[in-house]
Amino acid sequence: MIDKKHIGYEFLPITVPVEEGRLKFIAKALGETRDIYTDPDAAKAAGLPGLLAPPTFPFMLEIDALDLVNFMALLGETLEKLLHGEENFSYYAPIYAGEKITVRKTITDIIDKKEGTLQFVISDNTFTNQDGKIVAETRTNYVFRHK
Amino acid sequence: MKQNMTLPTFDSVNVGDEIPSLSTPPISRHTLALYCGASGDHNPIHVDLDFAKSSGLDDVIAHGMLSAGYLGRMLTNWVPQSALRSWKNRFTAMTQIGESVTCTGKIVEKFEKDGENFVRLEIQTNTPEAQTIVAEVVVVLA
Repeated sequence: MIDKKHIGYEFLPITVPVEEGRLKFIAKALGETRDIYTDPDAAKAAGLPGLLAPPTFPFMLEIDALDLVNFMALLGETLEKLLHGEENFSYYAPIYAGEKITVRKTITDIIDKKEGTLQFVISDNTFTNQDGKIVAETRTNYVFRHK
Repeated sequence: MKQNMTLPTFDSVNVGDEIPSLSTPPISRHTLALYCGASGDHNPIHVDLDFAKSSGLDDVIAHGMLSAGYLGRMLTNWVPQSALRSWKNRFTAMTQIGESVTCTGKIVEKFEKDGENFVRLEIQTNTPEAQTIVAEVVVVLA
């Protein structure tokens, strides 16, 4: 069982440069072929400052901040038990290649379900760009199966 | 692929309207290897068969967020990405190797708030076996 003492735990903030190469790789992995996601020159011609990061990109930064191995060590759990329950996004501004995004991630709740055979670890996450503007927020529900 | 040339407007859409759907080829191990590397989600349950078996599964399973990424493509085919305001995903079943993913959605509410026009959509992903994501999206329309 995961100890509720972890509620309130703040991960070390990380600042991630949004790299063109990574965004192209993500587009390939998602089967995305439209040029504002794949071709920096086309993105600029379309009036954007650089390649556009897709709407699920904040979750990828979240994983960077989390570090799954350290997360399991913190909770005293193993990856075999982990499932993704929910992922909720709020968007305030697009994210583009060339920006630097700071990710702040906090465990905000731990909830027992089904007489403790399931536990939900809820994390709230904030994404701030190089100008100090919050561009997105997410809430993640990590599900742990104990049985 | 071309962006939808006629952008939807608040007045041109109605509750009950379906947005253009999106279907993917079958998910392969290669698809998952690419997504593992690109996304940074290196959980071995998606790419390492031995690990998946030790977790009690018969095979590796797809990342839930890969299917969410396909939903993102469907949404941004319909409206510019800057129109997305919020998006809540609930993962309801696993996606297996060899399954294709079908994304669909429809408008369930039109509303105004603080001088802006919004629509709420219910969207989902399905494999041939199960509904895998149930989601709700709020989009701003001109």
